[in-house]
Formats: sequence, C-alpha cells, structure tokens
Amino acid sequence: MNSLEYVFSIHMLLSTLRLAIPLTLASIGSVICERSGIINLGIEGMMLAGAFGAVLGTHAFGSPWLGMLTAIVIGGIFGLLHALLCIRYRTNQAVSGVGINIFASGITIVLCQVVWNKEGLSGEVAQIPTVTIPFLSEIPVIGELFKNQSPYLFFTIVIVVVSWYMMYRTKIGLRLRTIGDNSKAAATAGVNVTKYRYTAVIVCGMLCGLAGSFLSIVQSNLFVKEMVAGRGYIALAATIFGGWNPLGSFFASLLFAFSQALRIHIALDIPEQFLQMLPYLLTMIVLIIAGRKVKGPQESGDIKD
Amino acid sequence: MQEKMRKRNQTMSPALHNILLSVVAILLSLVITSIIMAAAGNDLSEAYAALIDGAFGSRNAIANTLAKTIPLLFVGLACAFSNKGGIFNIGCEGQLYIGGLAAAYTAICLQGMPRFFVIGLSVLTGMLCGALVGGLNGFLKAKLQINEVLVAIMLNYILRYFCGYCVHGPLKDPEASVAQTVAIGDEYMLTKLVPKTQLTTALFLGAAIVILMYFFFKKTRMGFNIRAVGENRFAAQASGIAMSSTIILTMAVSGALAGLTGVTEVLGKTGKFVDGFSPGYGFTGIAVAVLGRNHPVGVVLSALLFGIMEAGALKMSYAAGVSTSMIKVMQGLVILFVATPNLVKFLGTERGKKNE
Amino acid sequence: MYAVEMRGITKRFGSFTANDRIEFCVEKGEIHCLLGENGAGKTTLMNILFGLYKADEGQIFIHGEVITKHSARKAFLCGLGMVHQHFMLVDALSVWENVVIGNEPGKISLDRKESIRRVQEISDSYHFGLDVETKVGELSVGMKQRVEILKTLYRGAETIIMDEPTAVLTPQEVKQLLDIFRDMKKQGKTIIFITHKLDETKAVSDRITVLRGGKSVHTVATKDVTVKELANMMVGHEVNLELKRPKVPVGDVMLALKNVKLLPNAQNGISLEIRAGEILGIAGVEGNGQKQLEELVMGLTKCKEGTIWMNGQDITRWSTRKRVEQGIGYIPSDRHQRAILPGFSIVDNYLLGNQFQDTYVHRGLIRQKILEKNAQRLMEEFDVRAADAHQNIGSLSGGNQQKMVFSREVGKNADFVLACQPIRGLDIGAIQYLREILLELRAQGKGILLISAELTDIFGLSDRIGVLYKGELMALRKNEEFTTESIGLLMAGQRGEI
Repeated sequence: MNSLEYVFSIHMLLSTLRLAIPLTLASIGSVICERSGIINLGIEGMMLAGAFGAVLGTHAFGSPWLGMLTAIVIGGIFGLLHALLCIRYRTNQAVSGVGINIFASGITIVLCQVVWNKEGLSGEVAQIPTVTIPFLSEIPVIGELFKNQSPYLFFTIVIVVVSWYMMYRTKIGLRLRTIGDNSKAAATAGVNVTKYRYTAVIVCGMLCGLAGSFLSIVQSNLFVKEMVAGRGYIALAATIFGGWNPLGSFFASLLFAFSQALRIHIALDIPEQFLQMLPYLLTMIVLIIAGRKVKGPQESGDIKD
Repeated sequence: MQEKMRKRNQTMSPALHNILLSVVAILLSLVITSIIMAAAGNDLSEAYAALIDGAFGSRNAIANTLAKTIPLLFVGLACAFSNKGGIFNIGCEGQLYIGGLAAAYTAICLQGMPRFFVIGLSVLTGMLCGALVGGLNGFLKAKLQINEVLVAIMLNYILRYFCGYCVHGPLKDPEASVAQTVAIGDEYMLTKLVPKTQLTTALFLGAAIVILMYFFFKKTRMGFNIRAVGENRFAAQASGIAMSSTIILTMAVSGALAGLTGVTEVLGKTGKFVDGFSPGYGFTGIAVAVLGRNHPVGVVLSALLFGIMEAGALKMSYAAGVSTSMIKVMQGLVILFVATPNLVKFLGTERGKKNE
Repeated sequence: MYAVEMRGITKRFGSFTANDRIEFCVEKGEIHCLLGENGAGKTTLMNILFGLYKADEGQIFIHGEVITKHSARKAFLCGLGMVHQHFMLVDALSVWENVVIGNEPGKISLDRKESIRRVQEISDSYHFGLDVETKVGELSVGMKQRVEILKTLYRGAETIIMDEPTAVLTPQEVKQLLDIFRDMKKQGKTIIFITHKLDETKAVSDRITVLRGGKSVHTVATKDVTVKELANMMVGHEVNLELKRPKVPVGDVMLALKNVKLLPNAQNGISLEIRAGEILGIAGVEGNGQKQLEELVMGLTKCKEGTIWMNGQDITRWSTRKRVEQGIGYIPSDRHQRAILPGFSIVDNYLLGNQFQDTYVHRGLIRQKILEKNAQRLMEEFDVRAADAHQNIGSLSGGNQQKMVFSREVGKNADFVLACQPIRGLDIGAIQYLREILLELRAQGKGILLISAELTDIFGLSDRIGVLYKGELMALRKNEEFTTESIGLLMAGQRGEI
C-alpha cells in the first residue's frame, strides 16, 4: 500500500481517532471553562496531574477503572484550585494557569520518587482493557472501528455529543453562554453566576484529568515525567480553532490529530517539525484573519462585580 | 477590628505592601513545600542544609548559583518590562529560542572574525530576533486587537519547532548524535569568571541591564510613558502618548530581553544551540517577575532566590534524597500565591476575625 | 388604586443627600413620567424602588402592600420590571435566548419551540416587529431596546420602569417607542419613565412628577401644565450669581469647530468659535454629546465629519500629542479615567501631559528637580493639600485631586483651556476657588471652552452660551440673552421663542 492509499485507509482513521481523544477531552473542558469567562492556561498541568493520578490510582486500588476515576477526581481538585484562586481571590488568571502547570510538573515527579523510588518514572500498571463490540464489529470496513477498541473512544464521542447538547439545547448551556458574554445580564436574570463558574472550571479539570489518564493507562501503562508533551496547548489551540464550541473542538482536534498521525505513519518530504507546528500555525492564521471578530466569550479573563 | 485592619492596609505604602506580599508568598510556599517534603519522608534539616551547601558551599558552588541565576534574570527582566507596560508576555519561551538560534547562527557564520565583533554581533542579532517576535505580537495586539496571550502561546510552539527543524536539519552538526548545531568555538564564548564553572561575563551584562532598566523607568520619558500606559491607558492617551507605538515598543523590548536569555545560554553555557535546551525559562520568568513585583531590584532578588533553589536542588537530591523536582513544586506554589493580590488582605482579615 | 407609592423617601450617600423626603405615587395603568435634570435623584429613586438600594427613610408600597425587606428579587416578584439605560444583552445569542434566560421553559432541555412561540407571541401582541430568532448583535439600537422591554414583559412585569429610554434613539424610533408605550398601557400595564426631555413627556404621559435637587417639586396631570412651567420646575428660578465677570477685551479665534458631527443620529454638525479672553459655556443635560465634543477636541476620537481649527490651522487630523504640544489645558470630565494615574505619586502626575515639554523633559530625560520644584509651586499656588508631594495621588480627596489637575493644566500656560464638568463632586470651597481661577484665566486672555451641566457655572462664568441637545447646538448666544427658563427649555429640546 503506497503512502497515498495509506493516508485514506481505515488504519489512518483509527490512528487519528485515537490521537484525537486526549485533545478532544481537554479541549471540551477548556471550552466549558472559557465559556464561563475564566481563562485556563493550566490545561497542561491538569492533564499531567490526571495522567499521574490514573497510574497512582491503578497502583493503589488494583484496577485501571479506579485509576481512571482517580484521574478524574484529581483533575477536579486542580480545577477547584484554579477556580478558588481566580474567582474568590481574584488571582491573575493567566498566571494561575502557569503556576498550576509548574506545580503539577514538580509534584508528579516528586510523587514518583515517593511511591516508586524512581526519578520521573512510575512503575508499570494495568491498562484499561480494549473491547470488541459484538454486533458492530462484524460490519465490513467500519467494523474495524469496534474491534479491540479502547472504551475511551466511545466515552469521548458521547462526551462530545452530550456537551454539545448541553451547551446549545439546555437551560444550563444557555446560562453558561450568557455568563461568559455578559455576566451582568445573567445575574440580573437571577442566575447564580458564581456557582456556574465554579462548576465549569471543576468540570474542565475533570475532563483534563480524564484526558491525561488516556495517555498513561490507555496509550501506555505507566507515567513518565512531562508525558503530556504540549498536548494541553494543542487542546487550547483546538478550542480557539473550533470557535469555543464542543463540536468545533472535536473537529479541530481531529484535524490536529491527523497531522500527528501523518507524522508518525508516513514518511513525507515535509520535515516533521512543520507537521508538529501545524496546529499552532493554523490557529495563528485563524486568529489573524478573523482578527477582532474572533469572538471568544466576551468577558473571558475579567472578573468584575 | 476589621475597620482597623482595613485602615492599616490603606495607609501602608504600596511599596511596602508589595514587598510584604512577596515575602508572605515565599514563606507560605516554603511552609507548604516543607510539609510536602516531610510527608515524602525527607529530613527537613538535612534537606535545607544540603540546599544551602549546594548553593553556597564552595567558591564553585556560588559561581554556579550565580550562573543559574543569569538566564532567570534576563527572562525575569523581560517579563517585568512588559508587565510595567500593562502587557503580559507569555511568549518569552519562543523568543529565547529564536534569540539563541540567531546568536549561534551568527557566530557560526562569522568564524574567523575578531572576537569582540562576533560576540557583539551575535548578541545583537539574538536580541533583534527576539524583538521582532515581541514586536509582532505587540503589533497584532495594538492594531488588530488580537489577544496577546493566545498569539504568544502559538508563537512559542511555532518558533520552538522552527528552531527544532533548523537544528535537526540544515544547521545540524553532522558529527553530533543529538540535535544541535556545531560548536561556535571556545574563542567566541563569553569569558568565564570562575574557571570550571558556568559563570560568565553574562553576569555583568545582566547587571548592566538591571541598572539600565532602573534608570529607564525612573528617569526617561519613554519609561514614564510605558508605565503610564500600564497604569491607566486612558489617561496616558489623553496626555498625548501614542498607544500603538508604545505597546509595540514595550513588547519588542521585552522580546529582546527574552532573546538575550537564549543568547547567553549559547554564548555562555553550551557554545552551541541544543534543541530544547530551555527547562521552561519562559514560564519561570513570569514567576520571577511577579515575585519581584516587576521592579529591577526585586527581579534580581527573585531570580537569585530561584537560582539558589536550582543550584541547591541537585545537592538536596543526592545528599538528602529530595526529589530534584521539589524545587518546581515550590516555584509553582510561589507563583500561585504571589499572583493573588488579596493574599495579604485575606490573611489580615482572618487574623482580625480570630481576635474578635 | 396606586400601583406604586413611595412616601417620604430619603437616601444619603455620605454627606450628599440624593433623595430628600420624596413623595412619588403612580396609579395603576397610567404612564407616569419622572422628570428632572442629571443629579436630580431620579435614578437613585428608581433603584430604591427596584430594590437595588435601601432607602434611609420612608416607605414603599406596591399595590397597596407595604414592602419591608426589599430586594431585586422581591421587586421582580411584585411585578416590577426595569429597562436600564445600558442594555444587558448578549449579542451572540438570539432574541428569544436573551429573553428567556433564567426562566426557560422545559426541565433540563431547553424547549426551543415553546420559548420561541411564547416570546414571539408577546412581541407580536405589542407590535414590536421583531423576529425573535434574529441574533441580537444584528439589531439596531431601537430594536435592542425592545428586546429589553420584552424581557420584562416575559417575566410578567406589570409595572415597567424605563430609565432614559430615548437617549439613544432616532426621532423615528422615539415615535415608535411612544406608540409601544400606548399599546402597553392599553393592555393594562403601568409605565414609569425617567427622562429630561419635555416633548416626549407631553406626548405620552398621563402625569408628571418633577424632581429637582433630590426633592420632589411637583406632581401634575400632563394636560394641566405647559412646557414652560415644566421647564421652570425642572431647572428652578434661583441661580446663584456671586461671581463678578468683568469686561475683558476679546481677541482672535483660538479654537473653531466647523460642522463637526457629534452623535450618529444628529441631523447637523455643530459649529462654534472660542476667542481669546472669552469663556464659551456649553450647557446641556449630560449624554447629549458633551463627551463626544470633549474627545473630538482633544483628538481622542477621530473626527469623521467636520473640521477643527486651532489658531487658524486645521488640526482635524492631528494626534492628541500634537494638539497638547500646540497648547491645550485639558480638564477631563472623567477625572479618574482620563486625568490621573491612580497608583503614581503626585509629582509623577504633574508630569502627565507635560512629558513632551522641553521644560520638563530634555533629550528624553526627565528633569526631576524642575518637575518637583514646579509641582511644589503649583500645589502651593492652588492650595492642593497634601502632606508630601511624593505621596500617592489616590490618597488625596476628590477636591484636592481636581485642584491638582487644574493646577497642572493651568501650569502649562496654554492659550486654550478645555474644562469639562470641572466642579463635579466637589465641595463648596473648592468649587468657588476653581471658578475664580477660570475667570482669572479669561482675564489673562486665554480662550476657554467650558462644558458643564451646572447652570450656575454656565451663567456665572460664560460670556456666550451654547446649548447641546441630542448632539446638536440648539442655540448659541450671549449670556445675557438667556433666562433660566429659556435655557431650561432648550436643554429639554424645545426650540422656539427665546
């Protein structure tokens, strides 16, 4: 199979989908957070904390599923931290995110040493098992999608659909979107702005934690320091590129994941760094072209009142 | 009681309040880090003794502490400069990479030329590249109102990968197994102040810039204009200050200083551009600037503190078994605390409530 | 039966009494107008009614029931709705989304169909002419206002308070809005509308309550009162004229505006000239283009239509800096926003606006000694009371800050001075002092453009007076040719006999 055929093969699609999972989850978390008016630059750190938490949980409780749960909880705790600092204590939001990244980076390595006595490395743990869905896997061609597939793929798709529905078809979503654009309008309508903000940021943390767990106990079976390797920032790019919309984030993540897959599977003449650069370059172009029309949530970053 | 607390906060001079905030932030992080260390099973007295020893134990140790302070100083000054102008420069990471690459490339191209010339020109090109990137960010912010934080984050990665490409490809040292450029040659490196350490004359350059920056903000019109824009852009505009050009200039200078970080790394430490050499200086720089309250002297002290922590970390690790990343934990905590303006007030009223 | 009764309402902010034993009663099903100038206390009173402020004295009755613990939520439950001057809408969302928020039909899922149906129904019943699925960002200002009204109606408001609703509308939109009011009245709603514009008051209201200086001056049936009488009540007869304005020879034209358009809805641009040795006072209720005038003269906003001249030169395209260097002393209407650097010292604030003068900055370096000497001198001359010139300017009282700004701008020795709302928020002592300074500058042959909502300033200081209304100059004549009554009429939009 030559390169061109490969690009369009089911293999490529599967690879792209898998690579898109952590990006999508984190990006949707970021969308929810930003829609409430809070900038979160700490996605990278929250994912890292989640990745570590997953391994720790699997190790401590003996089950990767409980590890996944641990990742979500830890992500949520970091989210709570960011929320507290930004909402209650009016910390500079961008700086808080940076602080969380550095803190998470340090504490995960420290804990590796404490628990496993290794420098920046954890012990090996069980992974989340793959599944094969009986009926659907029999279908020709797309059946591949359901064979030996990680359940995370299905979680992710469900989360994409649910979050889109939540944001555009439910009361909660309407209120969230209003808060991010004009919190006074929401407040005078009787919406508890603070409660929504806290919830949004904590949910973001949880999703980032889940995204991180994919890296450590699905794609791999241990924790390595800095294993998020910039995916948090790609997720942020996906948020912007996708227009602060869960569906948009998903497609943006797919696009960025595709360029990652290209880099891995196909020997192209393009130097790999340019492929790595692609998500950021594309987002930068979007930022410039759309200019002031790039409407992030209007009040992002400003906590007034 | 709360009334008294509030009044006291109001009459405290802002300078004192600032220093107090930083000191409290450091102490709090120290306390919490110590708790974590203790929970991790480290002996605190051993750990801190090792830290001090690692940082100050010998002449070489002190020299290396200062050497580690230097890049933090430059990048801290870069962030402090832009903060003074009311702009947040999170793009230092990309700027220092391009600055370093430019310096390395210049030095490599100018092999055989006189030393002063090569070093001087390399420093200038490094600063220029950093300035161009910063200026671009400023331009996009001033003229197109594009969020400078988002642009900076994108640029960070674009530049990082661009430098990576250069150093894996066209500029790669064919004899090296890792991605790096050829060495620029010992004769083109900055003079070492203490042999067998990494402390170079970059220290003097750093000191010079600190003094220049202090002087700039205190005594020059441009410095006043930049500070005015940072303090109240509307009043600045009404007084006749040109907003766009001031913003662009602020970010360009900040970029230049960040570029200098990369330059001193190449010319002072490694003698070549190594892919991925920055351990996140661009972000630590933010911490250094905020902790130092954006004042040149504060930044020096803050960079020194971080340098001490970095220098002592290695010794803490093998003498007291403390993880080398414990320093990062403390740095992260410092950032979180120091970026919270209500921190001191919060503590004040808490104490006030308890006394009632 | 009264829908709303406010009896003996008093509200103080520090030493300032915003509402002084106000009596305000609105009958059910009527359109009641609350008339008064800026600062008369209208918005404060309505904020109290709506539960946003707590009155110091007095009682509120809604539908005959006394209201004890008032709050915005209670107001809402009692059927009150308020449409503010500044809209609270989300441009990116559609009309119906903006309207239903907080009270959406459906349990978890948003019931789109039902929401759209309900909102469209209400809109149609009042002939709003809105397609509720349009994005609010695409609507005109007049339409956006209707969305705000829709919000209150959707939430079941029976009594609707409108705060200066016509401030941002074109004449056509105003007509349409008044028609909507009549429709709402037909459907049994009670409307309270706050305004300073007499023609609208007469056009649609049943009764009018006039507030002046925090007191309720009169409540009359609209048909029983003339516009002249209303103007008198609004503005009052006594104008304090303790200032002596000696005759001063008038020189060349210092600043001229030719057909400069202030507001997008204004039909014409304004033209005026200020000569050396004269004070031109621009009167008018705030919000009629004063801010725009200020910013255009200073070059903070680009002048799109019309030209501006200084000393015979066309400065329309000049930057703020060039104008400042040419010589303008600028006392901004919003001191905190435009005049001072709050975190800086007093001395540093003296440098603001002066940093391009060679006296203070030579070859890019600040001449600190000269700056400090001048700062000290000016502080003494103008009686700016501070313990130390290096202390933070935020620690000065409002009056002292304004004196500082005055001293700085006068200290520039510019030939032209732009003074905007110069005495707002100051105590009597500072006010008197600053007025005398303006007269002194006039005697020195400077040209002064004074923009003020205070008639005492206008009559006491100006040689000639212009009245701004909706971005247009209603009149421009000598001080002596105006009476309080005539100026009041003009300020409220009534042209006609002087």
